[in-house]
Order: sequence, then C-alpha cells, then structure tokens
Amino acid sequence: MTFRLAALATLLLAPTLLTTTAHAATLSVAAGPNAQERVQTALLDAKPGDTVALGAGQFDFTDGLSLDADDVVIRGAGPGKTILSFLGQKSAGEGLLITGDRVIVRELTVRDTRGDGIKSKGVDQISFLNLSVDWSGGPKETNGAYGVYPVSSTNVLIDGVTVRGASDAGIYVGQSKNIIVRNSRAEFNVAGIEIENSMNADVFDNVATHNAGGILVFDLPGLPQMGGHSTRIFRNRIVDNDTPNFAPKGNIVANVPTGVGVMLMANRDVHVFENLIDGNQTSAVMLISYSQAFEDKSYNPLPRDMVVRGNKFGRNGWAPALPGGKSLASAVGGSLPPVLWDGVTSQPAARMWLKDGPVLNLNLTKAGAVETARPSVTPTLGEPGLPEPPPVTLPAAQEKAAS
Amino acid sequence: MRRLAAILAATLSLGAAPLPPPVAIEALMAEAPAPTLAAYRLFTDPAGRRPNAGLTPYALNTPLFSDHAEKFRFVYLPPGTKVRYAATGVMDLPVGATLVKTFAYPADLRRPDAQVRFIETRLLIRRPQGWVALTYLWNPEQTDAVLKRAGARVAVQTIDKAGRPLAIDYAVPNVNQCKECHSANGELQPIGPKARNLNGDFAYGTGRENQLAHWIRTGILAEAPAPARAPRTAVWTDTRAPLAERARAYLDANCGHCHSPQGMASNSGLNLNLEEQRGPAQGIGKHPVAAGRGSGDLSVDIEPGRPEASILVYRMASREPGVMMPELGRSVVDEEGLALVRAYVKGLPPTR
Repeated sequence: MTFRLAALATLLLAPTLLTTTAHAATLSVAAGPNAQERVQTALLDAKPGDTVALGAGQFDFTDGLSLDADDVVIRGAGPGKTILSFLGQKSAGEGLLITGDRVIVRELTVRDTRGDGIKSKGVDQISFLNLSVDWSGGPKETNGAYGVYPVSSTNVLIDGVTVRGASDAGIYVGQSKNIIVRNSRAEFNVAGIEIENSMNADVFDNVATHNAGGILVFDLPGLPQMGGHSTRIFRNRIVDNDTPNFAPKGNIVANVPTGVGVMLMANRDVHVFENLIDGNQTSAVMLISYSQAFEDKSYNPLPRDMVVRGNKFGRNGWAPALPGGKSLASAVGGSLPPVLWDGVTSQPAARMWLKDGPVLNLNLTKAGAVETARPSVTPTLGEPGLPEPPPVTLPAAQEKAAS
Repeated sequence: MRRLAAILAATLSLGAAPLPPPVAIEALMAEAPAPTLAAYRLFTDPAGRRPNAGLTPYALNTPLFSDHAEKFRFVYLPPGTKVRYAATGVMDLPVGATLVKTFAYPADLRRPDAQVRFIETRLLIRRPQGWVALTYLWNPEQTDAVLKRAGARVAVQTIDKAGRPLAIDYAVPNVNQCKECHSANGELQPIGPKARNLNGDFAYGTGRENQLAHWIRTGILAEAPAPARAPRTAVWTDTRAPLAERARAYLDANCGHCHSPQGMASNSGLNLNLEEQRGPAQGIGKHPVAAGRGSGDLSVDIEPGRPEASILVYRMASREPGVMMPELGRSVVDEEGLALVRAYVKGLPPTR
C-alpha cells in the first residue's frame, strides 16, 4: 500500500514540477466593492515571479491581508493614489502580513490599521519601497504600534517610506540582520525610526521629525535574538522631535523622553555621524543603559563601543523632559549639552568615542539610578580608534529592484 | 460534542449491505483542491454527518476556543497506514492522512447536539511535500460545502449558556491565516494530534475508551506505550485537576501554537506552550516587546497575584482588533477561559 500510495503521489506531483517555470503574471485588482476577498484571492493566487497590481483608489478591508508566496511584488499606483484602508478591520494584528521570501511592497498607502501597518516575519529579502503608512486621526495612543515592521528577517530594505502616527515606532526593524533604511520620512510617531535587537544596519538620508524621539537603537533582554550591534546612523535630518510621547505605558518607548534626537540603549558598535540634529528639547544624542530587571545572564544592558562624531547640532536640550531635568539643566548652564551619557560602567568595556561635545556624563552608579547622578561636562569623552562597522550591502537583485 | 461524534461513529459501524465508495485518496493528493468537500468522499452523505470508512473521530483534552463553535474532528488514514507515536510534539502522520474538522453551532449552546448548523469544514492534508490546509464553507441549506480560500464572514445567531441570545460575526480564515496558527518554523503543521492532548476518553459507538488505547487497538497507532505511560494534557474544565495545570493547558491550546519558539509569535519571547519551563518566558514579570496599545498601560504580561495588572488577562478580555489575543479565530471573549486564567494569575506566588 505504501508503495502504491507513493507511486500515486509521484504521478500526481509530476505536472506541478513541469509548471514551475511558467511566465510571470500580473494579477490586477481594481478598487471597489468586496476588496477583501478580491485582493486576498490575488495574494493567494500569486506565484513566484508574479506581481499583484492594485489599482488607484481606495480599497476598504474588513480583515488583515497576508502573502505567504515567495518572489512576489505587491505594487500600487503610488502612495496616496492606491489607498488600502483598514478602518473597518475586525481581526488580525496588522494590515498586511508577509511571510514569503524576496517580496517587494511598493507604491501604495496603508491607512488606519488597528494594529501594525505592514509586517514581515521571518522573511529573507523584504523590500518596502516608496510607500506610506499612516493613521488619519494624527498621533493617538489608539493608533497601531508600528508602521512598517520587519521582524526576524534578513536583508531588509526600507527606501522612500513615510510613516505618520504610529503609537510606537514609525519604522521599526526588530531581531533582524542586514538592514538598510534610507530616503524615508518618519513624523508624528512616538519613535521615528527604531532598530532593535538587530545586527548590521545602515540608517541614512532619512528625515525624522515631530516624533517624541527621532532615531532609536535599542537592545532588549529576553528575546530570541539579543546582542544587537553594528549600526551606522548618518546624514539624517533629525529635527524638531516635539510631539509629546503618546505611547501606551508598558511599552519600552513610553520611557523615551519627549524631544530626543538619537537614543542609544544597550547595544554596541553604533556610529552616529554627519547628521543634522536640531530642535530637540531633551537631548540631541542620549546613550543610556537598560534599567529594568532582567534574568538573562547573557544580556548586556550597557551601551558600549559607541561613536558620535561630525554631527551638526542646532538648539537642543533646553527643556529636558527627564526626572530632575530642570535642575540638571540649570546645574550645567541652563541647557543640556548635545551629548548625554548615563555613565554606567557596571560592566567592563564600555568604550566610547564621543567626539562631538560637550558631553554630559551623569556618572550614575547603576542603570536608571538618577538620584546617584554626579554630572560632569567635558569637551569630548573617550578615545578615538573604535572601528566603524562596514557598509551594509544587500543582494544585487534586491538593490536592482529598488533602483 | 463527543456525544454527537459518537452517534456519527455508531451510524457508521451499523453500516448496511452496499458499502459506499471509499475516501477519494486521489482527490486528497491532487495538487488542485477539489471545488467541493463532497469530492473527497470523506462523508457518505451530502450533509457531511456520516463519516466514511477510514475516519476515526477524536477530541482534544483541551481545545482551542473558537467563538463557542462546536468542533467535530476526524482523522482519516489511508488503508494500511498508521500514525507513529511521539511523546512530544505532533505525532507523525503518514502521507495521505487527513485531519477533518467541522465547525458548527447548535441553535442553543446548552443543547450542543440539537439543531446543529455546520459553518465550515477544514482539512489538513498530509501530502508528500508537506501539509496543506483547505477550508470548505457550508451552504445555508446544509447540502454542500464549497472551497473558500480567501476567507469569509458568517453571521451566526445562537443562545449562550446563560440562555441569552448570542450573535457571532464568525470568521472563516483564509488559507494563509490557517498557516499563521499552524506554523512551525514557517512550515504548515497540525496542532491538535499530540499524544498528550489525545490521552483521554472518547465516547465511541462501542463505548467509552481512552483514545490512545482505541487507536492502538484498532491498529492505527504504532510504537505507542500504554496511555498510563504517555504524557497527558490536563482537561481545562476538570476542576479535580490542579488549577495551574488546567490554566497552562488552556494557554497551551489557545496561545501556544503562535507563542512558542517555533510559532508566529516567537519574536515576542513569550512562550505559552506547555513545554516552556522558564517563568519569565511564560510571561511572569515579562515586559512586552511589540504590544503597542495591547499593553493596556500595564507593565508586564503576568504580574503574580494581580490579574488586573497583567497584560495577558487584559488582551484575553478584549474584543478589539490590535488589542485582543488570540488575534485570529475569535470575536467574542471566552469568559470561562478568562476566569480560569485570572484565577491562575491570582494564585501565582510573588516572584521577588
């Protein structure tokens, strides 16, 4: 019987093997009634090489959408032209979920998702190109957490993306490897751009404005991928991050003081250079330790091997939204210097090259213990010589599709 | 539910002279799914009430809550094939094996066997290259079920256990959503047929019997120890079992398929599968990672002794997309499950 069944299976499988080289198709879906079933059906029908082309106009969805096929492009007629509205969404944790490899989402707007906007989980080569994610009611605690949300993914490209209104991070890359975020704009989110528990990221030529915090690089304990390292943040405009933090409590970004340009927490080998950082009331660049309890012995809560150099600072730090911030500011001359380090050295090897200054070192005895602060200000801090992470390169085919 | 399945099984064993044609293995194995459920001949009647030869009804000690739907489960095995026992994880099912699960509502939840309306029948088919998930939606006349790949919403009216009218906006999942729950490292896999969750009694037409014992006796399970030596998931409603075992069994069945190191929610670091031993990974004192407004302004997933301060409880009690957990497969709150988990959190000793 087993033999017969195997033979039968082989016979039935044979035609499939012959059809896998079929030509790439374009599956076009127009805006209009019953968008949920029509778009989801196209996403289910799409085969490797196919494009799902969504027409101009508004698509109203009642549930989340998902794509599990590899090598598929989802393309709209342009951000603001093809609008995927999730205002009537009844289930799913995000608007669009992608689990197939080598997928490109481009030229469209995702609006009013109840949870996250576009998520990719466990994907190799995910590209978000020239698209936007927003919440039409502006910044609100009831908006979804993340706009674009690649997680546990490798080779992540976010290029020409605009996110507005996320109640956590507009552009969030978590537990991923080999990442480029460029030419994008994050505004009116709690965090503009956040790279968390990730390795090898280049974040450049972006604008982060009117968030509570502009660009964040964090490492958190208790997650499958820890030990984030090697991120370069350069040539970004990180200006006027002045939206009061509206994150629901409990989330780590709820602790981000309003008006931070760049915040580095735990993590290592992060280089911040050649950015314009201006108009952030708390601090231009903050380097701090993770201060909550954790049990994982392999987790290092300190920022280490950090470099801040060659940035252009405008006016920052005039009203630090920190506990004791007012007295701290008056103690150092009315306004915080552009670079702030909590100074925790409870674990060794917290090397720094904070070339830009002046640098305010709080000299805390342990993470979060602001009552132990012994502030000191120096023109620079640390020694040069920390090697810069190599530029991130993506697979050639992924870069080609973006050009 | 087990009673109705038993009646179905009994009907089968009483089977009269002319044998109906067997299950259409070739249809189950075909690359293209059949447009109607009838094409597989899993049932001998158009209404899908009478299982064909080769189908064995089963139930789980602790199942997933699906908006109060009744579930009628069968495993089909091609003639001569067996399930291979595994002490942990899903047992090894042979190529051709098919899990058949019909979701249905009685007119009144207090009388689960009366006036039962079938909504959808889901198939998980073991093909040579892996598992395939398909869903068939029943027509209102209950005479035919057709393939529905992109999901659907079905308005259901019933009476709840307290005698109040209950309206449910039932969601038939799309096939990708099937995989979101049925995913292990990105590959589709069954969830239910683990030895530990089958290790309990079922009311067969021939009488009550332990399911593992029945499967061994009828020759469809190989290499299995006696049920007493096999692991066993607690029955979540069995108040004689310890509270923590019942609550962990409930969380395993309702959350553990995504919240495990192999599941869709692996990146959360919150593992609610029974195999997880570490308290923080089970949510005790654990801060959320990507919960967003799902945090409900609370700091940790489980705060021992304080269900009202626990995100896990908050999200189970929510009906709002983006907040509620599970995020698929329910639109109403499982009040009984919620009460169990509340009691469990309340009884947890403080960690520090």
